Amino acid sequence: MKAFLILEDGTVFKGTSIGSTRDCISEIVFNTSMTGYLEVLTDPSYAGQAVVMTYPLIGNYGVTPDMESKKAWPDGYIVRELSRMPSNFRCEGTIQEFLKEQDIPGIAGIDTRALTKILREKGTMNGMITTNENYDLDEILPKLKAYTVGDVVSKVTCEEKYVLEGTGKKVALLDLGAKNNIADSLNKRGCEVTVYPAHTTAEEIISSDPDGIMLSNGPGDPADCTSIIEEIRKLYNTDIPIFAICLGHQLMALATGASTHKLKYGHRGGNHPVKDLKNGRVYISSQNHGYVVDDESVDPAVAVPAFKNVNDGTNEGLAYAGKNIFTVQFHPEACPGPQDSGYLFDRFIEMMGGAK
Amino acid sequence: MPRDLSIKKVLVIGSGPIVIGQAAEFDYAGTQACRSLKEEGLEVVLLNSNPATIMTDKDIADRVYIEPLTVEVVEQLILKEKPDSVLPTLGGQAGLNLAMELEEAGFLKANGVRLIGTTSETIRKAEDRLEFKATMEKIGEPVAASLVVENVEDGLAFANKIGYPVVLRPAYTLGGSGGGIAHDSQQLVEILENGLRLSRVGQVLVERCIAGWKEIEYEVMRDSAGNCITVCNMENIDPVGVHTGDSIVVAPSQTLGDKEYQMLRTSALNIISELNITGGCNVQYALNPDSFEYCVIEVNPRVSRSSALASKATGYPIAKVAAKIALGYTLDEIKNAITQKTYASFEPMLDYVVVKLPRLPFDKFISAKRTLTTQMKATGEVMSICDNFEGALMKAIRSLEQHVDSLMSYDFTGLSTDDLMEQMAIVDDMRIWRIAEAIRRGVDYDTIFNITKIDRWFIDKFAIIVEMENALKSRELTPELLKEAKRIEFPDNVIARLTGKSEREIHDMRHENGIVAAYKIVDTCAAEFAAETPYYYSVYGSENEVEETRDKKKVLVLGSGPIRIGQGIEFDFCSVHCTWAFSKEGYETIIVNNNPETVSTDFDIADKLYFEPLTPEDVESIVDIEKPDGAVVQFGGQTAIKLTEALMKMGVPILGTSAENVDKAEDRELFDAILEECGIPRPTGGTVFTADEAKEVANRLGYPVLVRPSYVLGGQGMQIAINDSDIDQFIGIINRIAQDHPILVDKYLQGKEIEVDAVCDGTDILIPGIMEHIERAGIHSGDSISVYPAQSLTEGAKAKIAEYTRRLAKSLHVIGMINIQFIVCGEDDVYVIEVNPRSSRTVPYISKVTGIPIVPLAAQVIIGKKIKELGYTPGLQPDADYVAVKMPVFSFEKIRGADISLGPEMKSTGECLGIAKTFDEALYKAFLGAGIKLPRFRNMIMTVRDEDQPEAVEIGRRFEAIGYHIFATSGTARALNAAGVKATPVRKIEQESPNLLDLILGHKIDLVIDIPAQGAEHSRDGFVIRRNAIETGVNVLTAIDTAEALITSLENTDIKKLTLIDIATV
Repeated sequence: MKAFLILEDGTVFKGTSIGSTRDCISEIVFNTSMTGYLEVLTDPSYAGQAVVMTYPLIGNYGVTPDMESKKAWPDGYIVRELSRMPSNFRCEGTIQEFLKEQDIPGIAGIDTRALTKILREKGTMNGMITTNENYDLDEILPKLKAYTVGDVVSKVTCEEKYVLEGTGKKVALLDLGAKNNIADSLNKRGCEVTVYPAHTTAEEIISSDPDGIMLSNGPGDPADCTSIIEEIRKLYNTDIPIFAICLGHQLMALATGASTHKLKYGHRGGNHPVKDLKNGRVYISSQNHGYVVDDESVDPAVAVPAFKNVNDGTNEGLAYAGKNIFTVQFHPEACPGPQDSGYLFDRFIEMMGGAK
Repeated sequence: MPRDLSIKKVLVIGSGPIVIGQAAEFDYAGTQACRSLKEEGLEVVLLNSNPATIMTDKDIADRVYIEPLTVEVVEQLILKEKPDSVLPTLGGQAGLNLAMELEEAGFLKANGVRLIGTTSETIRKAEDRLEFKATMEKIGEPVAASLVVENVEDGLAFANKIGYPVVLRPAYTLGGSGGGIAHDSQQLVEILENGLRLSRVGQVLVERCIAGWKEIEYEVMRDSAGNCITVCNMENIDPVGVHTGDSIVVAPSQTLGDKEYQMLRTSALNIISELNITGGCNVQYALNPDSFEYCVIEVNPRVSRSSALASKATGYPIAKVAAKIALGYTLDEIKNAITQKTYASFEPMLDYVVVKLPRLPFDKFISAKRTLTTQMKATGEVMSICDNFEGALMKAIRSLEQHVDSLMSYDFTGLSTDDLMEQMAIVDDMRIWRIAEAIRRGVDYDTIFNITKIDRWFIDKFAIIVEMENALKSRELTPELLKEAKRIEFPDNVIARLTGKSEREIHDMRHENGIVAAYKIVDTCAAEFAAETPYYYSVYGSENEVEETRDKKKVLVLGSGPIRIGQGIEFDFCSVHCTWAFSKEGYETIIVNNNPETVSTDFDIADKLYFEPLTPEDVESIVDIEKPDGAVVQFGGQTAIKLTEALMKMGVPILGTSAENVDKAEDRELFDAILEECGIPRPTGGTVFTADEAKEVANRLGYPVLVRPSYVLGGQGMQIAINDSDIDQFIGIINRIAQDHPILVDKYLQGKEIEVDAVCDGTDILIPGIMEHIERAGIHSGDSISVYPAQSLTEGAKAKIAEYTRRLAKSLHVIGMINIQFIVCGEDDVYVIEVNPRSSRTVPYISKVTGIPIVPLAAQVIIGKKIKELGYTPGLQPDADYVAVKMPVFSFEKIRGADISLGPEMKSTGECLGIAKTFDEALYKAFLGAGIKLPRFRNMIMTVRDEDQPEAVEIGRRFEAIGYHIFATSGTARALNAAGVKATPVRKIEQESPNLLDLILGHKIDLVIDIPAQGAEHSRDGFVIRRNAIETGVNVLTAIDTAEALITSLENTDIKKLTLIDIATV
């Protein structure tokens, strides 16, 4: 079946429908990872967005037991070509079937590079995937312009708290749309991880007397998360060590007076160099964010930049002054992407007083 | 960290002559590194014995020494030039080994010179088997478990511990004989007992069998601050067991999930960190296809063939970055030259698929075994880029220039399915064609996988190609079907064949329906950032990204494709210089080539680089978009020349000598007419198409005759026939290599062979010098030792050569380069045997030793300048003050079953240079450069045909005089002894021991002089002797003249202290 991708600027790509055949309107973003399409599909940070994979061959190894959450989150999925026959010793099915099961609409067979160039030049924009050949641009374009990602954190967070048993440090993980490997990375290091829904009050978390608090990644505009920011400010005011990733990092910055802004087309992929400003070392990181903390808005008395992006110089992490708090914009939990910065979980454990 | 300012003068060591396993990739890496160092204001001293390289140009380094790569030479050079540093990691294994020897001897330290790039300790840790194993164990990186055993019991115990199957490799047996794979204890006992008996030292290595695992490579970079990145990973379609150089390789990996990809990536970073490498490194893995189990196969702590491929596949300039790292820069300080926005500390992301195919020399060595093993056999490779795998594979196939254009190019339809299944287990260069045939017959993927262990994902892709063949054969050709066929890169001619239409019809149907190639940019970042560098590949069904340029005149430079015997790095040298020259003249330059190992495909050589197959259709698609003002074909070897006609049809003016005049040189009758008109004699001969015609001509001329196809390079298919049955055999072989053009039969003249390269501007000619071959006519010019200036020509002969060259160039209306080969018989009887109105193999060599920049001159002449206005006096230039000897270098030990005897068909893979004030020293240097270091044991074997005995006796006498003991076959021994030269007769190989073979295998022989009879009837004995000698590491000479040159060089024992010559001052 034919499918069409219609962009806010009126550009139309014609391709083949994959996954669900229902229409979807979403924000279109691109990811440059060459492997890890399943991890991307199941990363809750993509809620409210449709993802373009720049690597042209997707689905080569099928669906493997590597989901980063319980379901697929993007509103839509855009690829050059889906492999008709996956091959891997862990393959459990094809991406085609997976998208159908997950009711994710998508389009294949389009020039994803041309699309990526449009997004790069004009910035992230909204778009629609439809299988309706008789689409009416005059009717659709205003709808596309009106689309906003909205409050997606509430959509992706867990409904109830749950615990990953461990004998080491007790970590409270605030699930803003957490990828599984955040909890797993801590759990693998012996931590007992209690995962809390995003709207849990600071009091509840504090009263559980955790050794440390982990703020996860998540979707959407951080500035929209006003009530969560309030709670995070309360967490900041305790002495509990805190480590935050991505959205968590942005929310902590907002909670302490800094501001964020939207990047032209974001950082999504597994090849972004970040520099540890303390020792000058550069790590290749996994990234997925559209917003970034404004370096200038950070009060040096509160926090100092700890990491920066080598390519565009944007903020990639903050070290909070006089506090046991550090936060990063990138994803030390990887999945997909390089595992170079996994050591940050060790650093967090040390901050909590070392392994028990 | 900013650059280390204490580094001011760096010695860069190159990799020497091109041999199988060490080829043009090091010229690419070395050139890039030298330019990178010069960019930093450093003084660069270069040592490389290979004159055909671009790196040995005076534009590339400040001081250029084309001298033998020996410890003595490097020591002497260091004392002379006093560099403060040596950069050893860019010259392949040869460069690395030399640097290590110097370091270990304490020479570097004593002279205040340090190794930069990577320390000797690192090199040792990576290269020494035991240290490497210990290092890997220390950081928990698995290597295939192995143990050397001396008895069956130990072998059994170890195999039980590591599990079956195991590989058994006896130590010190010829070519791995006596080894094998044991699947159970019974097989183990059987193979091990035999192996222990065969091994000279009674040892067999028992190793965990990883054959059939996926072979995956990572290219990693690290700086002195410890920052690491991976440039890319690559997956070999052929599982472990085939050398990666002979494998079909795809980048990035296709069948690895993120978990496997990151697991190996992390491992590679751990390894490069533990080894403390600063620069580039290649790590090879075997990955169990059924689990996460892996082991490290090998680590190369230097740039390599794989790193050249990775650079071209991603656009990340590994060698350039490695050079900057050696100077102290960190990755985040080095700009990404492609984007100019990002830095070197960034991992390239591909939004396309790259396929590399090896160029194997079995069309040259028809007797050789085609089997692919862990010993590399490929002379070169091609790479292609597309947005789908099928398309990339199809493009790579037609880039090979081996008469293959699809998965139908080798015909296995005659095999029964049982035979086909059996043959699918053979691992050779035709395996994917057998798989395609199996797919056609409906064999299921699991069966194919179980036999080949090629991942089902790739098998499915082959199946998609086969399905398209069927669709084109059976369905109506609709625009949709055509579009899909083009998306997976079926060439028009294949579509035409399958649909029963003409190529023109397909071409027109495409254009009517807007199905044309579009070009995408290789930008290192999957379009995340705007790229500054126009490095293009074609796709169908996408938006075109080529930026239209119209402000300057545009020239299309056609490259020479994959490196093969007969068409090597020399043509890349010419293409690059031509590009630079045109650029200097204000042209916009566009290169089309598909060889990832070369300098010409570096993204900053031409204004635009198209990484594409060199077929008329692929070139036409580029022409349609670029609309060049002209094309230059005379520098890209036969590959480019063959495109002349097609370019003219596209309406592209051929710059320089016109196509019709190129034809005149190749067309026998037209050429004969020109020779007659010029009053130039040539050996008599005729043009034929069939064996019968050939025999008739041969008998009219009288045997021996020279038989050869027209329009080939490197004498492919050229043979000397001594009787009718030879003719039958040769014509058969020529027709097997798909000959569209007539076959030439000439009287074979035995005389001195002379070669000339010249530049002609339509009025005047410039001859930089005359080269004389040591071997008399009958041995291919590329395999002959060539001497400049000619040593034994009379002034009369020289004048005749210059005059004939002038006449030929004029009457062929040559504008640009011409190469002529002559035979001189007696005093001054000069015959022309071959004319090539194009650049030749000898151009880099003659340019360097005469100091005359021939290619730039030719390029200037092509655009209309005159030799006189360029500051040169026309005619034959005065001899240089130096004597230069170009020595061919062979790779025979790599090609099992190849006959090494020299003849009219070229067999050498590379060359080295000896340059000195005297002929004797130049010759000595040339032999030294070719790795012939004698005497050692002072034992030699001679076996020559009767007619050569008088000359052989004199050579034997001279060897005896310098202390050699001569063994000889009965006839030769008789002749020697009769002339008073002491020779011990030895039994022939079919006779009982001790015979000739035992002598060779005893490792006490320096040299075998074996002059085989001409013609097809080569004795089996001679073949076995030569093969065994080569595989035992014994020098073998098959021409009497080469033997004479060698003894001349050995007699000059006083040439110990060599005078090193800076080519940049010539």
